[in-house]
Amino acid sequence: MNDTLMVDADRVSKSFGSNQVLKSISLTVKRGEVMCLVGPSGSGKSTFLRCINHLETVDAGRLRVDGILVGYREKDQILHELKPREAALQRRDIGMVFQRFNLFPHMTALENVIEAPMRVKRVPKAMAVERARELLARVGLAEKADAYPAHLSGGQQQRVAIARALAMDPKLMLFDEPTSALDPELVGEVLDVMKKLAQEGMTMIVVTHEMGFAREVADSLVFMDGGVVVESGEPREVLTNPQHERTRSFLSKVL
Amino acid sequence: MARPVHIGSAVRSSVPPTEGSASHDGRAIKAVRLRHPIRNIFAAIIVIFVAAFVYDAALRPAFNWPAVGKYIFDRRISEAAVNTLQLTVYSMVIAIVLGVVLAVMRLSPNPVFKSISWFYLWVFRGTPVYVQLTFWGLLSVIYPVINLGLPFLHPFITLPTGDALNVFQLAIIGLALNEAAYLAEIVRAGILSVDRGQEEASTALGMTWVQTMWRIIIPQSMRVIIPPIGNEVISMLKTTSLVTAVPYSFDLFTRSRDISAETFNTIPLFLVASLWYLAFTSILMVGQYFLEKRFARGVGAAPSEKRVTVATGLVPVVGSPVEDTETHPGDGRGGGTP
Repeated sequence: MNDTLMVDADRVSKSFGSNQVLKSISLTVKRGEVMCLVGPSGSGKSTFLRCINHLETVDAGRLRVDGILVGYREKDQILHELKPREAALQRRDIGMVFQRFNLFPHMTALENVIEAPMRVKRVPKAMAVERARELLARVGLAEKADAYPAHLSGGQQQRVAIARALAMDPKLMLFDEPTSALDPELVGEVLDVMKKLAQEGMTMIVVTHEMGFAREVADSLVFMDGGVVVESGEPREVLTNPQHERTRSFLSKVL
Repeated sequence: MARPVHIGSAVRSSVPPTEGSASHDGRAIKAVRLRHPIRNIFAAIIVIFVAAFVYDAALRPAFNWPAVGKYIFDRRISEAAVNTLQLTVYSMVIAIVLGVVLAVMRLSPNPVFKSISWFYLWVFRGTPVYVQLTFWGLLSVIYPVINLGLPFLHPFITLPTGDALNVFQLAIIGLALNEAAYLAEIVRAGILSVDRGQEEASTALGMTWVQTMWRIIIPQSMRVIIPPIGNEVISMLKTTSLVTAVPYSFDLFTRSRDISAETFNTIPLFLVASLWYLAFTSILMVGQYFLEKRFARGVGAAPSEKRVTVATGLVPVVGSPVEDTETHPGDGRGGGTP
């Protein structure tokens, strides 16, 4: 097993009913790498992301995060489905940021951030609060700690969501179209936070339509369409000189 | 509604470019307020009718107010009132727990849980509560003994049903099991009202199903659940008057009726019972108001009288601003423009 790999997907497939969404996807993400997943909607990129922290179960192939099989336990070459508790344990180390933020509306920004460390990791409240204030300051929202999500702008909510995910000290961060639900003038503030995170060495997989971000920040770019990886490589290379016709036609529409 | 009409009329009066319109300097508009003569006349008529009714009721001998005053704090009555309150609270607590269990079972992917929950609802919502209470009263006839043990073995414990459960407990069980069926649907609706993304976010953070339910889903569904549950509590308070079917006879209504049967003053005693029910209902409504406020955290404003259900329509008097209704009497809920 290669221990520089954070994510190792080997011929991963996933179907919803008769609709095969992922068709034998093989991808690797190295420790500290930032990968951008792009592609038209319905191409399976979000599903792939959700498979990585087991919000969806893989049907075929093997998916490993940090060397550990996701969603199953392998014993004597037989796979056993994980108990909910074991699955929860796996997810602790994987942060996820959603398109629609999904902040807990009945909690303040601070409460959103301390919830999981306190409940899942049993961090004492004082420590969790201290860390949460640090994280909120890091995403530029120190003064919004006591605001409820409804009173924050979309960009601010998404930054709180990033702080919430970071509070669990993840080794891998998944971003599912983090800026797609934002007003254009709010996109920048979220991307800035993500950029900082990437510079600090966080391993990140980002499903996005922000080609500028991909070009500037990502170490690799993967173009998916129809449940398969069409093309992947160094972002500048793929963006300026796409090899496949499908990549070319997609990029001509979004660039 | 009255407010927009005022604004509309003020705007309209400033539309024609008269010589005065140039000199308004952006100052606040002082328009002649729109009158509502017809509405006011109807309001006056209603006030007169109500006053006449109150005056008449106060003097009507059949109501026998001195007797009402005599019995309202009678010990038998106040004890019965406490019994009624106990029936309400105990059965409601059991019903809420059972209702949550049934709701979760109904939402479970397991077909056995799903269908058992459905069957329970079908039976307990599909038959009158009075009939159910009668059945509970007959429990010791149907099942004379309760055997605890394993199948095909001699029971470890054998309890005569009549000794194990008194009529008060049977009444609570009967009321609770019936109510649970209704609460299950209310809770289910509440859980379904919470965005799917909430469960996902919580799961992705590594929280277990129980933590997700308890910390994330249930608190958010409370906002949707509390108004109808408030309705159910108030309805339960009054349904307790049916426990005479068990037969349990120490609740407020049955006790009042029994006393009146001896003293031949039915009407004042029913008034006494009604006043107690009203008092309890008022207290419950105040409690509901504060609960709603608690669970409205993070959702903009606190509950206003425009959003709450019929059962809580009177509650905002307790604390929320009611300036609109003060300035425009007769412009109650749903009142259109004249």
